[in-house]
Amino acid sequence: MTTKTLKASAAGSTYLSALFAVVLGFGIITVAGHVQASALHDAAHDVRHATGFPCH
Amino acid sequence: MTPLMMCATQPASPATKTMFSRILTSALFAGAAAGLIAALLQLVFVQPVLLHAELYESGELVHFGGGYVSAHPELPGPFAEPMRDALSVVFSMLTYTGYALVLVALMSLAERQGHEVNARTGILWGLAGFVTFHFAPGLSLAPEVPGVAAAEIGARQIWWTATVAAAGIAMWLIAFGGNVASYVIAAILLMAPHLIGAPEPDSFAGPVPTEIGALFAARAFGVGMAAWVLVGSFAGYFWQSEGKHASVTA
Repeated sequence: MTTKTLKASAAGSTYLSALFAVVLGFGIITVAGHVQASALHDAAHDVRHATGFPCH
Repeated sequence: MTPLMMCATQPASPATKTMFSRILTSALFAGAAAGLIAALLQLVFVQPVLLHAELYESGELVHFGGGYVSAHPELPGPFAEPMRDALSVVFSMLTYTGYALVLVALMSLAERQGHEVNARTGILWGLAGFVTFHFAPGLSLAPEVPGVAAAEIGARQIWWTATVAAAGIAMWLIAFGGNVASYVIAAILLMAPHLIGAPEPDSFAGPVPTEIGALFAARAFGVGMAAWVLVGSFAGYFWQSEGKHASVTA
């Protein structure tokens, strides 16, 4: 029972942590690469072009 | 039965915290380091081409205007605009940290399934990331030099996002599928966005010479591949070392 509990807990924590990290990662990529607010666009302009994001 | 269910679903258990902080720490280190190197490579290899293109975008130089135009105009030297370059460094580090978070999260799942994750296998992860985030969308929406004609931004962003998602799934299937069906599905996922077609401009109006546009796309891919190999390898390395650190302190 204890082993089972620990295993289930570890599995749950891996998936949950991975999910959090993926959501956070895509959030950051979206802000840095896609959001068109003009201050953000101007600041990230060169990186967006050089990194292959659709820019204008 | 109840303790099992509680442990499995409780979001803020100590195990979750440890696992999440291991992912976060590894990704921050890997992303910041690779992003910094990516920015320096970009400033040396891509920025001069971009600045050259901007001379045509602004109309300062005119292609096919009748007169002779030198292919080697006076360009501001590297690091000539400190604020602009500093912002590039910041956003490059931010972008690669975003990539690293996704990468390390998937590495943690792969390791759970018994696959080895370290600095060496991280190189393959990095190459898969490059294909997913740069090469697959760039095959039809080539890295754009400033001033090119392009379709409406929203449509391109949707196509870009869908293509990255399809390529990401394809890379996972190629790496871990292990049967013919998964390879066939991966091939379909990789080709489909390009067969459907990326949003294209109605007419060509780009003022930038094709030589500059081609060089820009090639340099963007080259620097992207180098930076992705680094972020993959760093992510594998820090994932391992953070794991050792966690098991020592636990």
